[in-house]
Amino acid sequence: MSRPGTEQNPLRVAIVGSGPSGFYATEALIKSGLTTRVDMFERLPVPYGLVRSGVAPDHPKLKQAMQVYAKIAESPEFRFFGNVSIGKDLQISELRELYHAVILTCGAESDRRLGIPGEDLKGSHTATEFVGWYNGHPDYRDREFDLSHDTAVIFGQGNVAADVSRILAKTRDELKHTDIAEHALDALDKSNIKHIYVVGRRGPAQAKFTSKELKEFGELADCDPVINPEELILNAQSEAELEEKSSAGNRKVYDLFKGFSEQSASDDKKRRVYFTFLKGPVEILGKDRVEAVKLEKNVLSGDAFGQGARGTGEFTELKTGLVFRSIGYKGVPIEGVPFDDKRGIIPNTDGRVTDINGTIEPGLYTAGWIKRGPSGIIGTNRADSVATIKSLTDDLESNTDSAQKPDDEALVKLLQNKGINYVSFADWKKIDTDEISRGEPKGKPREKYTYVQEMLDIIK
Amino acid sequence: MTTVVTENCQRCRFTDCVAVCPVECFHYDDEMLYIDPDVCIDCSACIPECPVQAIFEEDDLAEDQRKWIEINAERAPELPSCSEPMDPLPGADERKAELGF
Ligand SMILES: Cc1cc2nc3c(=O)[nH]c(=O)nc-3n(C[C@H](O)[C@H](O)[C@H](O)COP(=O)(O)OP(=O)(O)OC[C@H]3O[C@@H](n4cnc5c(N)ncnc54)[C@H](O)[C@@H]3O)c2cc1C
Ligand code: SF4
Ligand code: SF4
Repeated sequence: MSRPGTEQNPLRVAIVGSGPSGFYATEALIKSGLTTRVDMFERLPVPYGLVRSGVAPDHPKLKQAMQVYAKIAESPEFRFFGNVSIGKDLQISELRELYHAVILTCGAESDRRLGIPGEDLKGSHTATEFVGWYNGHPDYRDREFDLSHDTAVIFGQGNVAADVSRILAKTRDELKHTDIAEHALDALDKSNIKHIYVVGRRGPAQAKFTSKELKEFGELADCDPVINPEELILNAQSEAELEEKSSAGNRKVYDLFKGFSEQSASDDKKRRVYFTFLKGPVEILGKDRVEAVKLEKNVLSGDAFGQGARGTGEFTELKTGLVFRSIGYKGVPIEGVPFDDKRGIIPNTDGRVTDINGTIEPGLYTAGWIKRGPSGIIGTNRADSVATIKSLTDDLESNTDSAQKPDDEALVKLLQNKGINYVSFADWKKIDTDEISRGEPKGKPREKYTYVQEMLDIIK
Repeated sequence: MTTVVTENCQRCRFTDCVAVCPVECFHYDDEMLYIDPDVCIDCSACIPECPVQAIFEEDDLAEDQRKWIEINAERAPELPSCSEPMDPLPGADERKAELGF
């Protein structure tokens, strides 16, 4: 028998997760020149991971990446199995029987914790919950956010924090023609939030916003950005950081902060978003629910590009009824796959899954956020998945194992025997078409279905 | 708003940008790369990848660079697409040094 990747012995690959990294891995396999069969598994009935349920609804252009994935999905080598959760409905061991390789591209679906008292008080949420809720992710469909208070606090200064604060800051008119979920649009419309604090542990030179996201805060219909100019005074190391040619992005962000700090907020606008720096959360205060946050003033120490924040022992309190923590994501372990709990990723070398000691687990690969942690944007995952597939094809060349794996039917039979009601790509296209036509009368690109059962009902 | 490749890319054509483009909107000729504005989703992934800072968001272009908006829009659709990294043009490293990177 010939090596996997030939007409007689096609390379059979299972991909776990239908976000960008899963689709770019598929693309790279199809382009590899090998004869291959790719089956993608997704725990939801609907594909595209965070492009559907993470990327903000008011950034519709980014969502066009979905069209690229739909095109990849048209390839004859590819099959989609939605509504199949790996580790629950099907085990990794079962996939390893059926496929030469299993590629884990399941993203980073949980949040890092602040590790401070009061974190779990009512009114304290993760950014993930809020993002999933306004984007119609079924897991977060029934979350409730008490928007009756006038102040919200967001911990973190990256693009997710920017999304959360911008969605809180926008008016119904600014959101109603996006694909934001209807329940979220209605709830946000009744929001009393007027003051939105975006709190960073480090300084303005270290904020992780992109200038493009930040710029949007100067262009809102009913909200102005506010920054105390004193907070923009930099130490020598931060000055040096911004001088570097490679810091062009941070420099742009800093200049935008500067611009915001020099403008006075318009009295005609109802809302304010305050960017504030060098403050670390030490406690979320309240009896039965969040009433305030306690912040410690920080200073930076260390060399340029290696500055860390250190508490000064000086504290302030900020009254608020609503807190969002946006300090990073981490992966969720999958039964049968090693997991590095500290880093929140699947341990790997160049995309080859290893155990915690670095020993390679043959046939298991990983790409995307679960491989390298939650950094990088949609396109970063393309180069990343290409690198993983390179490892996989290199291994095929050095490996003499020419075992043949069961044919296409074997998986379908297994799913049927287990009574798993899977969603094919053709099924998804029905849901897709239905969502688009539901959105049309409202001037929305789509109105998502937000319950799994609703999705399944469409294709019955 | 769109994203454009400017003259620093000329005679250089490191293709680091191409590897991270989520939608394959780069096109190439013998000189440099161009972005198809009808396909580009303005995700900015390519901008920090370019070793000679040739790529800009439209709004960040200097006045004398704005001509590149039209050049990219005109050239890209008529040229072959570049979806995988290619070898840099001969002399690319010298050119990079010349540009001060
Ligand atoms: C709030 C937010 C905003 C963002 N905004 C931008 C932006 O503006 N621009 C940009 O370029 N990038 C943005 N990103 C980043 C971008 O979304 C990520 O880089 C990208 O989605 C990561 O891709 P991935 O495939 O690794 O993971 P994901 O997109 O998370 O995909 C993982 C998939 O795996 C599935 N899955 C998980 N576990 C299992 C299992 N056990 N069995 C089967 N399936 C499973 C999940 O349901 C999911 O569909 C944003 C991210 C977030 C969170
Ligand atoms: S990385 Fe920069 S120089 Fe290289 S091809 Fe892309 S735009 Fe041109
Ligand atoms: S901005 Fe994004 S979509 Fe546009 S060319 Fe760059 S990487 Fe491609």
